[in-house]
This record gives sequence, C-alpha cells and structure tokens, in this order.
Amino acid sequence: MRLGLVFRLFRSTASIQRKRMILTVTAIAWGTISIVLLLSFGEGLKHTLTAGSTGLGESIAICWPGETQKDFAGFPAGREISLLPGDADLLKKSIPEITSASGEMQTWSAQLSYGRKNLNKRVVGVHPEWGEMRNQVPQAGGRFLNELDQELKRRVAFMGWEIAQDLFGEEDPVGKTFTINRVPFTVVGVMKDKIQMGTYGGPDKNNTVIPISTFEALMGRRFVSVMVFKPETPELMEVAKKRFYEVLGGKYRFDPTDERAIGIWDTVESQRLTANMSIGIEIFLGIIGGLTLLIGGVGVANIMYAAITHRTREIGVLMALGARRSYVMGPLVLESLALTFLGGVIGIGVGGAIVQGLAYLQQNAQSEAMKFLGEPTFSLPVAATTVLLLGSIGFIAGYFPSRRAVSIQPAEVLRYE
Amino acid sequence: MSDRRSKVASNGSLIEMRAIRKVYDTGKHEVEALRGVDLTVRKQEFLSIVGPSGSGKSTLLNIIGCLDTPTDGSYRLDGEEVAGFDGDRLADVRNRKIGFIFQSFNLLPQITAYDNVELPLLFKGAGARKRRERVEALLSQVGLADRMDHKPTELSGGQMQRVAIARALACEPDLILADEPTGNLDSTSGADILHVFEELADAGNTVLVITHDHAIADRTERIVTLQDGEIVTDETR
Repeated sequence: MRLGLVFRLFRSTASIQRKRMILTVTAIAWGTISIVLLLSFGEGLKHTLTAGSTGLGESIAICWPGETQKDFAGFPAGREISLLPGDADLLKKSIPEITSASGEMQTWSAQLSYGRKNLNKRVVGVHPEWGEMRNQVPQAGGRFLNELDQELKRRVAFMGWEIAQDLFGEEDPVGKTFTINRVPFTVVGVMKDKIQMGTYGGPDKNNTVIPISTFEALMGRRFVSVMVFKPETPELMEVAKKRFYEVLGGKYRFDPTDERAIGIWDTVESQRLTANMSIGIEIFLGIIGGLTLLIGGVGVANIMYAAITHRTREIGVLMALGARRSYVMGPLVLESLALTFLGGVIGIGVGGAIVQGLAYLQQNAQSEAMKFLGEPTFSLPVAATTVLLLGSIGFIAGYFPSRRAVSIQPAEVLRYE
Repeated sequence: MSDRRSKVASNGSLIEMRAIRKVYDTGKHEVEALRGVDLTVRKQEFLSIVGPSGSGKSTLLNIIGCLDTPTDGSYRLDGEEVAGFDGDRLADVRNRKIGFIFQSFNLLPQITAYDNVELPLLFKGAGARKRRERVEALLSQVGLADRMDHKPTELSGGQMQRVAIARALACEPDLILADEPTGNLDSTSGADILHVFEELADAGNTVLVITHDHAIADRTERIVTLQDGEIVTDETR
C-alpha cells in the first residue's frame, strides 16, 4: 500500500521541465557510455594480457645449463654443466611434483626448402610433451609430434603459422614434404595463431619443430640447449625447482644451492605480475569511467535540487495535508531514479552497440597493435558495476535534496515563495 | 443560533493551549512571536482570531495547525498533548484532525481538482472505492461536480477555494483552520466563501478563521484579538 502510494504520487506529481530532463538524461547517458567503453576495453585488454602471458606456456620452468659458481665435492667453481635429452625422463621419474619435462635442441640457421623456395630459419628438436607445455595447438587437420615420432626418429615437422606461410604460401602444408638441410621432412601440423608475450629464441610462429631424437641424429648433437618442465600445479613450482637442483646436482656433481649452475625462469611469477597489472588497468579505467559518470550524477543532483526548490511550496502543502516524510521523499527519489535509469538505459544501449561494432572491427583487424588491444567485451561484471553506480547516483541525487526539504517545519516550507 | 451556542457551551474542549511561547532565533537576536498564549476552543465553535500583521496570528495558526511546534507550553488537541510530537506523528494529526484552507488556495497545479481532493484520503490510506465516493460527494457539495477533471489553472479563484474547502473536509477533520480565506478573492466570491463557512459551522463543524479583516470576523460567534504575541480581548457574542 505504502509503496503503491509512492508510485501513485510519483505518477501524478512528477513534473521536471523537459529541457532540464533532456540535459540530465544526456549527461547520465554520456557517463554511462564512457564507463561501458572503458570497462569493456579493460576487459578485452585483460583477456589479451592473460592469453599472452600464458601463450608461452602456463606455469612452466625454462632451464638453461650454465656454469657452477660454488666449489663442490672437490670440483672447482666455473665448471660448465651440460644436460642430456634423457635428463627429461630422469626428472619425471625422480621428482613426483614434475608431471612433464622436455629437452630442447636448436639450430639458428637451418636451410628449409620447398619447391623453389629457400629459407634460413630456426629449427628446434623437442620431446612430444613440449607441445602441450608450450601451448602448441595445431590447426584443424594437423597434429603435434607424438611418442612414435620420437621413438622411430621420424622425419616429421610441426611448423609455426608464419614460417609455414612463408614456405608454402597459399598451399596447405600438412602432408607436404620439404627439406631441412637437404633431408626430406613431412609436415604433420601447423600451429594455430596465438598471442605470445614472452619468448626465448624467437616467437613460436617462426619455429619449425622436429622430434629431438631426429634432431640428435640429423645434427649430431649431444647436449640440450634448454630444458623445460612443468609441475603438477603452479603452487608446486618452488618445491619442484628445489628437487630439480637436488636431482641434477646429484647427477652432475654441483651444489644444489648453486642456482647459477642451471638458470631457471618460471612463468608463474610473470603470470602473477600480468594478472596484477591487468587488475590495475581495470581499476584505473574503472575510476576514470566512474568519475565521468559522477559528473553526470552531479548534474542529476543539481537538477533534482533545483526541481525540489522549485516545488518547496508544493512540498509544504503535501505536508500540511498530512503526508508523512516518506510520501514526500519517495516520489522525488523515484523521479531521480527514473531520470538516471532512462539515461542509463540509453547509455548502456549506445555503449553496448559501440562495443559490438568495435569488436567486429577488431576481429578483422590486421595490425598487431589493434590485435593486442583485444576485443572489447561487455561482460556481466561491467554491466553490474554500471547499474550499481547508476543506482547509487540516482538514489543519492534524489535522497539528499528531498530529505533536506522535509526536515524543516512545514510552516517554514509553506512560507517559501 | 442561540440553540447552537448553548450546545457549544456544553461541549468538551477541542483546543487547550497553556502558556504557549514561540521564539524565533534569527541569529543576531531572538524574536518572541508568542508570549504565553492561553486559548481554549470548544467543539463546534465558530471563531476568528484577528490582529494586525506582526501580532503573531500566523505563528499561532501554525502551532494550532501542527505545522510548527511551540518553544514552550502545553497544547492539547482533542485531549492529546501534541507539543512534543515528531514529524510523522504530527503529519498524522494534521491528516486526521485538521483541514487547512489557505489564502493562496495551495492546490497542486499539475493535477486535477479531483486528484487534489483525493490527496488527504491517499495519505490516510482510504480504499479506492471509499475515496471515489468521498471525493465525488465533496465536490458536488461545493458545487463543482462538473469541474472534477479541471486543473486549478482552468478554475476561477472562487472555484479554487471551493476545491480547497472540499480537500480540507476530505478526512472529516475535527478542526477547520482557515488563513485569510477570502484574501485573494473579489468581494462577490469572498462573500460566497464566507457563506460556505457559515454553513459548515451550522452543520456542527469547529471552524477557526484567521484574518485581519474585521468584516469577516464580525460574521463569527467569537473574536479573539491578538497583539504583540498576546491575547488582548476574547469576546463571545
């Protein structure tokens, strides 16, 4: 009944001048558009950053054999440590926290030929598990290297999308035969496009990957240049690293605390940094958008204040007739909420449409910079934040001026001219 | 009328004011608008309060009408001490017990005569059917049955004041309180409205008119004169 009465009074007494109303609604719509755009872009950028930071591999450790810095068991410092491909198996067998491991051998300049085309590019030999650790997702119709390729030292290759395009042009590379240093190889898969922020040895899109067993035989190498491993969960990274030094220190005779013997870079830390950074960016954009919206809110408050002052005498009359404070304030707060709501609906509609339009443009974007900006995403949290902000603004803008009006004695309000 | 007077004498009191003071603090100095007013009004009385401007009439009206609270003193309205009531309780008292008629009508301009009369009934919480019956009966009673859907701007001054009277009567108040009710009207409409007041008084309503016009006061049965915040004469005729 009471709420019904407030609605009824609102319906019969709401009367803000049209010009003022249009201005207010426009201000709120403008603020809403800007906050929707900013938050949507923030959301898009966050997706790109997250995807990019895991593009190299999600919580993996990359290890470079180096030189010892400490004397150990009668060996002097400054001894070079080299790892063998078989150490990958050793790590998995002796450290339960490590679920996958792979060696990596590379040559910076191998001659790739197909038809009349010749390229000098990097070729990498890896264990099959490397593909999953390093996010090598094949395009439809292809696959990554498997255990059989490794066991049989098959001459098969998995290629980055850019090198594949350079070598094969418009042709579908899968199943085609090309040569690496005049030895024929068959393409078994091409990597899907991905955003990759961290690299060592160049971006994956330019790599040609072959089984490490084949690489050893073909290039006559013995030692790996890099070892990659992944713990069961990101939290186990620190334990896994400690065990890694213990196991390999035991085998190669170096102090397990000598972190220069084998250098490790793990992506857990950098992912955490990226996550914090994207939260920071979102907060920053949110604050800017919020401030813009706040300006609109001040506009509503101003209009409501003027409207309420304009109607002071009317308020006095309602009070004289026995209206309780809530009957006077309720319709005024509703009026303010209605204005804000109208502006918000327009703003979310227009903002959402702009986001959709830009997202469409982004999908077809060619430039790296545009790609990196990501697709603006109008998500549920964005909508909820906007609605919450708008609601508070509408309520505050109506509540405080009207409370001021009803808190004075009706005699005084009635005297107002 | 003599019948009526004897009936009034036997009635209980509606307003009982004792030592009412009202002090306005203007910041620099205090202004004492009412200096200890004692006033008793019995049910069904028809009286006027007169006095020059600045005598404290409006202040007294505001306190009687529960639109303002006294600084000191006791005010019993229909046996209930209202001097210490807060905002919403005073609002309820105004709604149920007092019907206001103002000099400048004070109708809400954006809604129709019908809606204006309905407002106090809405605040009271009356049902839809009861509201409609009451509003239609009241507007017919003041002779505006054919003007219900007109907005105040489409009515003459006399008609507006009739709507205001209908609105004042909506919740069957114990007290009808009129502040210079003919001040904004031409003499014909003014006489017309005064006639309505006499009819209301004859029908057994308690009617209190505040005015500075002795021609109006002379039509009432009791005249209370206020000067410098004090009652100087109180004559019943």
